[in-house]
Amino acid sequence: MSARAAGLVACRNCGQVHQLDTLRCKRCDSTLQSRDSQSLQKVWAWLVAGMIAYVPANLYPMLLTSTLTDRSESTIIGGVIELVDYGAIGIALVVFAASVLIPVGKFAAIIYLAVSVQRGSGRNRHGRHKAYDVVEFIGRWSMIDVFVVAILSALVQLSAIATINPGIAAVSFALSVIFTMLAAQSFDPRLIWDADRTIHD
Amino acid sequence: MKVDFPPLDDLVACPQCDTLHLAADLPEGTRAGCQRCGHVLMSTQKTAVARIISLALTAFVLMIAAISFPFLALDAGGVRNATSVIDAILAFRNGLAFPLAIAVGFFIVVLPLMRLGALIYALGPLVAGRKARPGARAAFGLAERLRPWSMAEIFIVGVTVALIKVAGMAAVTIGPAFWAFAGVVVITILKDQLICRYSIWEALDKARA
Ligand SMILES: [Zn+2]
Ligand SMILES: [Zn+2]
Repeated sequence: MSARAAGLVACRNCGQVHQLDTLRCKRCDSTLQSRDSQSLQKVWAWLVAGMIAYVPANLYPMLLTSTLTDRSESTIIGGVIELVDYGAIGIALVVFAASVLIPVGKFAAIIYLAVSVQRGSGRNRHGRHKAYDVVEFIGRWSMIDVFVVAILSALVQLSAIATINPGIAAVSFALSVIFTMLAAQSFDPRLIWDADRTIHD
Repeated sequence: MKVDFPPLDDLVACPQCDTLHLAADLPEGTRAGCQRCGHVLMSTQKTAVARIISLALTAFVLMIAAISFPFLALDAGGVRNATSVIDAILAFRNGLAFPLAIAVGFFIVVLPLMRLGALIYALGPLVAGRKARPGARAAFGLAERLRPWSMAEIFIVGVTVALIKVAGMAAVTIGPAFWAFAGVVVITILKDQLICRYSIWEALDKARA
C-alpha cells in the first residue's frame, strides 16, 4: 500500500511519515508533497533549457589556444579528436562519454520517463525506475569537461610560449549540465509507480 | 477505507515509490530494500557514527590543505606557472564566464566543505553520547540535499584528463594540494558509503535536545 492511499505523506528527504494534510516535515523541515503535481511541467521546462544550452556548447569553442606560431580554437568534439590524434584513446573515450554520450543519453532518458508517466504507462516500471536512478547518478559527471577547461586555462599561462583561455562554450555547456540536473531532480519517481495503483493497492 | 495503523514513527515510506513498510530491527550486516521497487531503505551500521565523524574531520582538514598548498605547476622553455585550486576556479573570472567561476567554486570547494561541516555539526555530539545540537536535523537534511551538487570527485577526474592533455607539451609538477584533494575524494566516498540515512535519522531523533 502506498503512503498516499493510507492517507499519509512521506518526506522525500528523510523518510518521516506524516498525516496527509501536513505541510512541512516535523523532522527535517522539508516541504511535503504527496505527489509533486507540477513535477512534469518543471521537468519539461528544465529539460528544454538544458537542450537549448547544449547547442551553442557544441558550436562555439571550449578552449582558445595560442602558441608562438599559431592560434586555435577547439570545440567539444575537436578536443576529443585531438586526444585521439595524440594516442590517448582511453581519455578520449572518457571525455566523449562525459560530454556527448551522457548529455544526449540523459535528454533521451528524461523525455522517455516524462512521456511514459504522462501516458500513465504501467509497463516496465523496474526498467524505468532503473533509468531514473542512472540519470540521477551519472548526469553530474558531465561536468568533467568544464573542470578540464578550468585547469587547462589556469595552468597553461606561459606568456609567449603558450596560453589557453576558456571559450564561451564552457559556460553554455555548464548551464546545460546544471539545467538537466534540475530536470532530473524535478522528476518525481513515485509517479512511475502510481500508474496501476488503485486506492486499495 | 479505514485501517488501524501502528504509530507513524514506526512506518517507513519508500522515497522512490511511496510504498509503506513497517520498520523492523535488522540483523547485523544486512540491508532491507523496498518490497515494490527494490530501493534500499535501511542497512545496519550501528557503530558507524564515530567512523563517519572521524572521516568527515579528516576530509575537512585535507580540503583546507588542498586550497592552501600548491596544486600544480607547469614548466616549458624556461617559463614556470604554478596553479592553486583557487586559480583553477578563477580561470572563469573574465567577462561573461564570471558566474561560472562562482558556480565552480561552489561545486568543488564550498559545497563539499558545507556538507562536511554540517555533518560534523549534526553528528559530533552523538559520538560523545550528548544531546543533539539545535538545528542538527536541519543540518543533516542540508548535507543530504547538497550531495548531487558537491563535485570534488568529478573535479579530480577532470584534473587527470587535463594533465594528460598537457603532458606532451610541458613538464608538470604535482604539488601536495593535489594529493590532499585526492584524499578528500577517497575519504568522502568511504564516508558516504557508511551513511545509512535511516539509522542516522533515528539516532538524531533519539538525541533530540
Ligand atoms: Zn523530512
Ligand atoms: Zn520503493
